Amino acid sequence: MAVKVIIPTPLRQYTEKRDAIELEAGTVAEALAGLTSKYQGLRKHLYNEEGKLRSFVNIYLNDEDIRYLQKDQTPLNENDIISIVPSIAGGQNLQCICS
Amino acid sequence: MALRLTQGHIDSIAAHGAQEYPNECCGAMLGVEVDGAKEVRQLAPLRNLRHDRARAEELLPLSEPEKESEKNRFLIDPEDMLRVERDARKRGLDVVGFYHSHPDHPARPSRYDREHAFPWYSYVIISVEAGKPGTYTSWTLQEDRSEFDQELIEVLGVNVPQGATAIAESRRQG
Repeated sequence: MAVKVIIPTPLRQYTEKRDAIELEAGTVAEALAGLTSKYQGLRKHLYNEEGKLRSFVNIYLNDEDIRYLQKDQTPLNENDIISIVPSIAGGQNLQCICS
Repeated sequence: MALRLTQGHIDSIAAHGAQEYPNECCGAMLGVEVDGAKEVRQLAPLRNLRHDRARAEELLPLSEPEKESEKNRFLIDPEDMLRVERDARKRGLDVVGFYHSHPDHPARPSRYDREHAFPWYSYVIISVEAGKPGTYTSWTLQEDRSEFDQELIEVLGVNVPQGATAIAESRRQG
Protein backbone atom coordinates (compact mmCIF):
# COMPACT_ATOMS: atom_id res chain seq x y z
CA MET A 1 0.00 0.00 0.00
CA ALA A 2 1.23 3.50 -0.76
CA VAL A 3 1.07 5.49 2.48
CA LYS A 4 2.38 8.81 3.73
CA VAL A 5 4.26 9.41 6.98
CA ILE A 6 4.08 12.94 8.42
CA ILE A 7 7.35 13.98 10.08
CA PRO A 8 7.21 16.45 13.03
CA THR A 9 9.48 19.51 12.84
CA PRO A 10 12.33 18.31 15.12
CA LEU A 11 12.80 15.10 13.14
CA ARG A 12 12.93 16.71 9.69
CA GLN A 13 16.66 17.27 10.08
CA TYR A 14 16.95 13.48 9.58
CA THR A 15 14.68 13.34 6.52
CA GLU A 16 16.47 15.85 4.31
CA LYS A 17 14.04 18.54 5.60
CA ARG A 18 11.06 16.71 4.15
CA ASP A 19 7.84 17.01 6.14
CA ALA A 20 6.20 13.92 4.63
CA ILE A 21 7.61 10.67 3.28
CA GLU A 22 5.71 8.39 0.93
CA LEU A 23 6.43 4.69 1.03
CA GLU A 24 4.98 1.23 0.44
CA ALA A 25 4.02 -0.85 3.48
CA GLY A 26 1.42 -3.37 4.63
CA THR A 27 1.46 -2.58 8.35
CA VAL A 28 2.47 0.32 10.59
CA ALA A 29 5.56 -1.67 11.68
CA GLU A 30 6.63 -2.11 8.05
CA ALA A 31 6.13 1.58 7.35
CA LEU A 32 8.27 2.61 10.35
CA ALA A 33 10.93 0.02 9.47
CA GLY A 34 11.03 1.35 5.91
CA LEU A 35 11.27 4.90 7.18
CA THR A 36 14.08 4.26 9.66
CA SER A 37 16.10 2.16 7.24
CA LYS A 38 15.97 5.00 4.72
CA TYR A 39 16.58 7.71 7.33
CA GLN A 40 18.69 6.04 10.00
CA GLY A 41 19.14 9.18 12.10
CA LEU A 42 15.46 8.89 13.08
CA ARG A 43 16.04 5.61 14.84
CA LYS A 44 17.45 6.87 18.15
CA HIS A 45 14.63 9.37 18.58
CA LEU A 46 11.85 6.87 17.82
CA TYR A 47 13.17 3.70 19.46
CA ASN A 48 14.84 3.00 22.80
CA GLU A 49 17.89 0.78 23.34
CA GLU A 50 15.68 -2.32 23.32
CA GLY A 51 14.32 -1.45 19.90
CA LYS A 52 10.87 -0.54 21.23
CA LEU A 53 9.06 2.68 20.37
CA ARG A 54 9.93 5.31 22.98
CA SER A 55 7.14 5.84 25.50
CA PHE A 56 6.77 9.48 24.48
CA VAL A 57 6.47 8.77 20.76
CA ASN A 58 2.89 8.29 19.58
CA ILE A 59 1.90 6.94 16.21
CA TYR A 60 -1.43 7.92 14.71
CA LEU A 61 -3.01 6.23 11.72
CA ASN A 62 -5.21 8.91 10.19
CA ASP A 63 -7.04 10.10 13.37
CA GLU A 64 -6.52 7.03 15.56
CA ASP A 65 -3.77 6.27 18.04
CA ILE A 66 -2.41 2.85 17.02
CA ARG A 67 -2.37 1.95 20.75
CA TYR A 68 -6.13 1.50 20.42
CA LEU A 69 -5.93 -0.32 17.07
CA GLN A 70 -3.60 -3.28 16.59
CA LYS A 71 -0.53 -1.36 17.68
CA ASP A 72 2.30 -1.64 15.15
CA GLN A 73 0.64 -4.65 13.52
CA THR A 74 -2.25 -2.41 12.38
CA PRO A 75 -2.80 -3.08 8.67
CA LEU A 76 -2.65 -0.18 6.25
CA ASN A 77 -4.94 0.86 3.42
CA GLU A 78 -4.01 2.73 0.27
CA ASN A 79 -3.38 6.46 0.94
CA ASP A 80 -3.39 6.10 4.73
CA ILE A 81 -1.60 8.85 6.62
CA ILE A 82 0.67 7.94 9.52
CA SER A 83 1.61 10.78 11.90
CA ILE A 84 4.52 10.67 14.34
CA VAL A 85 3.28 12.72 17.29
CA PRO A 86 5.62 13.48 20.19
CA SER A 87 4.18 13.38 23.72
CA ILE A 88 5.44 16.61 25.15
CA ALA A 89 6.18 16.24 28.84
CA GLY A 90 8.30 17.85 31.48
CA GLY A 91 8.40 19.22 34.98
CA GLN A 92 10.66 20.20 37.80
CA ASN A 93 13.14 18.21 39.85
CA LEU A 94 11.36 16.34 42.59
CA GLN A 95 12.09 17.78 45.99
CA CYS A 96 13.81 15.46 48.34
CA ILE A 97 11.41 14.55 51.11
CA CYS A 98 14.08 12.81 53.10
CA SER A 99 14.64 14.11 56.63
CA MET B 1 19.35 29.26 17.02
CA ALA B 2 17.62 32.16 18.79
CA LEU B 3 13.98 32.32 19.77
CA ARG B 4 12.12 35.50 18.86
CA LEU B 5 8.86 36.49 20.47
CA THR B 6 6.98 39.63 21.38
CA GLN B 7 6.41 41.09 24.81
CA GLY B 8 2.75 40.16 24.25
CA HIS B 9 3.74 36.49 23.97
CA ILE B 10 5.81 36.74 27.18
CA ASP B 11 2.88 38.42 28.98
CA SER B 12 0.53 35.65 27.83
CA ILE B 13 2.90 32.88 29.01
CA ALA B 14 3.31 34.69 32.36
CA ALA B 15 -0.46 35.11 32.74
CA HIS B 16 -1.04 31.43 31.94
CA GLY B 17 1.57 30.41 34.52
CA ALA B 18 -0.06 32.63 37.17
CA GLN B 19 -3.53 31.37 36.32
CA GLU B 20 -2.55 27.71 36.69
CA TYR B 21 -0.45 28.21 39.84
CA PRO B 22 0.26 26.08 41.92
CA ASN B 23 0.01 23.67 38.98
CA GLU B 24 2.20 23.66 35.90
CA CYS B 25 0.85 25.33 32.78
CA CYS B 26 1.87 24.32 29.27
CA GLY B 27 1.37 25.38 25.69
CA ALA B 28 2.76 25.22 22.17
CA MET B 29 4.50 28.02 20.27
CA LEU B 30 3.70 28.25 16.57
CA GLY B 31 5.92 30.09 14.16
CA VAL B 32 8.44 29.97 11.36
CA GLU B 33 12.19 29.68 10.96
CA VAL B 34 13.58 33.02 9.71
CA ASP B 35 17.27 33.90 9.26
CA GLY B 36 18.39 31.11 11.55
CA ALA B 37 15.95 32.03 14.32
CA LYS B 38 12.65 30.56 15.39
CA GLU B 39 10.09 33.34 15.26
CA VAL B 40 6.91 32.81 17.28
CA ARG B 41 3.73 34.04 15.61
CA GLN B 42 1.13 32.55 17.90
CA LEU B 43 0.76 30.73 21.19
CA ALA B 44 -1.55 27.77 21.74
CA PRO B 45 -2.22 27.35 25.47
CA LEU B 46 -2.92 23.68 26.14
CA ARG B 47 -4.38 21.63 28.94
CA ASN B 48 -1.97 19.88 31.29
CA LEU B 49 -3.13 16.29 30.87
CA ARG B 50 -1.67 15.40 34.29
CA HIS B 51 -5.03 16.66 35.65
CA ASP B 52 -6.56 13.56 34.04
CA ARG B 53 -4.62 10.94 35.92
CA ALA B 54 -6.05 7.86 34.23
CA ARG B 55 -5.47 9.05 30.66
CA ALA B 56 -2.07 10.54 31.47
CA GLU B 57 -0.91 7.29 33.05
CA GLU B 58 -2.04 5.37 29.99
CA LEU B 59 0.02 7.61 27.72
CA LEU B 60 3.12 8.23 29.79
CA PRO B 61 3.28 6.40 33.13
CA LEU B 62 4.90 8.19 36.05
CA SER B 63 7.86 6.53 37.69
CA GLU B 64 7.08 7.91 41.16
CA PRO B 65 3.31 8.53 41.19
CA GLU B 66 3.29 9.24 44.92
CA LYS B 67 5.54 12.26 44.36
CA GLU B 68 4.52 13.32 40.86
CA SER B 69 1.38 15.31 40.01
CA GLU B 70 0.15 18.27 37.97
CA LYS B 71 2.07 20.45 40.46
CA ASN B 72 5.44 19.23 39.19
CA ARG B 73 4.68 17.46 35.89
CA PHE B 74 3.02 18.44 32.65
CA LEU B 75 1.98 16.35 29.70
CA ILE B 76 0.42 17.52 26.46
CA ASP B 77 -2.24 15.20 25.08
CA PRO B 78 -0.95 13.84 21.74
CA GLU B 79 -4.43 14.41 20.34
CA ASP B 80 -4.12 18.11 21.18
CA MET B 81 -0.66 18.04 19.65
CA LEU B 82 -1.94 16.43 16.44
CA ARG B 83 -4.71 19.06 16.20
CA VAL B 84 -2.30 21.96 16.85
CA GLU B 85 0.20 20.64 14.28
CA ARG B 86 -2.51 20.27 11.64
CA ASP B 87 -3.91 23.75 12.31
CA ALA B 88 -0.41 25.20 12.14
CA ARG B 89 0.41 23.49 8.84
CA LYS B 90 -2.79 24.79 7.27
CA ARG B 91 -1.63 28.32 8.03
CA GLY B 92 1.97 27.77 6.90
CA LEU B 93 3.28 27.63 10.48
CA ASP B 94 5.15 24.98 12.41
CA VAL B 95 5.27 24.06 16.06
CA VAL B 96 8.61 25.65 17.00
CA GLY B 97 8.54 24.79 20.68
CA PHE B 98 6.67 24.68 23.96
CA TYR B 99 6.43 26.61 27.19
CA HIS B 100 5.72 25.44 30.70
CA SER B 101 5.88 26.85 34.20
CA HIS B 102 7.90 25.77 37.20
CA PRO B 103 5.75 26.71 40.22
CA ASP B 104 8.00 27.79 43.12
CA HIS B 105 11.00 26.47 41.27
CA PRO B 106 13.76 28.06 39.17
CA ALA B 107 13.38 28.49 35.40
CA ARG B 108 15.93 25.78 34.69
CA PRO B 109 15.25 22.47 32.98
CA SER B 110 15.15 19.35 35.14
CA ARG B 111 16.47 15.91 34.32
CA TYR B 112 12.87 14.92 33.65
CA ASP B 113 12.57 17.79 31.14
CA ARG B 114 15.69 16.54 29.36
CA GLU B 115 14.63 12.91 29.29
CA HIS B 116 11.36 13.83 27.61
CA ALA B 117 12.58 16.50 25.19
CA PHE B 118 13.20 16.46 21.48
CA PRO B 119 16.01 18.26 19.70
CA TRP B 120 15.37 21.47 17.73
CA TYR B 121 12.24 22.55 19.66
CA SER B 122 12.56 25.55 21.97
CA TYR B 123 11.53 24.85 25.54
CA VAL B 124 10.59 28.03 27.38
CA ILE B 125 10.39 27.71 31.16
CA ILE B 126 8.90 30.39 33.36
CA SER B 127 9.31 30.38 37.11
CA VAL B 128 6.17 31.26 39.07
CA GLU B 129 7.02 32.06 42.69
CA ALA B 130 4.10 32.24 45.12
CA GLY B 131 1.75 32.80 42.18
CA LYS B 132 3.81 35.59 40.61
CA PRO B 133 5.55 34.98 37.26
CA GLY B 134 9.26 35.68 37.39
CA THR B 135 12.31 34.66 35.38
CA TYR B 136 11.93 32.95 32.03
CA THR B 137 14.52 31.12 29.94
CA SER B 138 14.58 29.05 26.74
CA TRP B 139 16.44 25.80 26.11
CA THR B 140 17.17 23.38 23.28
CA LEU B 141 18.22 19.77 23.63
CA GLN B 142 21.62 18.78 22.27
CA GLU B 143 21.60 16.35 19.37
CA ASP B 144 22.95 13.46 21.47
CA ARG B 145 20.25 14.13 24.12
CA SER B 146 22.95 14.61 26.79
CA GLU B 147 22.24 18.23 27.78
CA PHE B 148 20.14 21.32 27.25
CA ASP B 149 21.74 24.49 25.89
CA GLN B 150 20.32 27.81 26.96
CA GLU B 151 19.01 29.68 23.97
CA LEU B 152 19.09 33.39 23.20
CA ILE B 153 15.66 35.00 23.53
CA GLU B 154 14.99 38.10 21.44
CA VAL B 155 12.08 40.22 22.63
CA LEU B 156 11.24 43.27 20.52
CA GLY B 157 14.87 43.66 19.52
CA VAL B 158 16.19 43.27 23.07
CA ASN B 159 18.55 40.34 23.66
CA VAL B 160 17.90 38.35 26.80
CA PRO B 161 20.67 35.77 26.95
CA GLN B 162 20.44 34.81 30.60
CA GLY B 163 16.74 35.01 31.23
CA ALA B 164 14.74 37.98 32.38
CA THR B 165 11.90 38.90 34.64
CA ALA B 166 8.68 38.40 32.81
CA ILE B 167 6.40 41.35 33.23
CA ALA B 168 7.39 43.87 35.82
CA GLU B 169 10.62 45.19 34.30
CA SER B 170 9.42 45.70 30.76
CA ARG B 171 6.13 47.26 31.84
CA ARG B 172 7.89 49.59 34.23
CA GLN B 173 10.11 50.79 31.40
CA GLY B 174 7.33 50.87 28.84
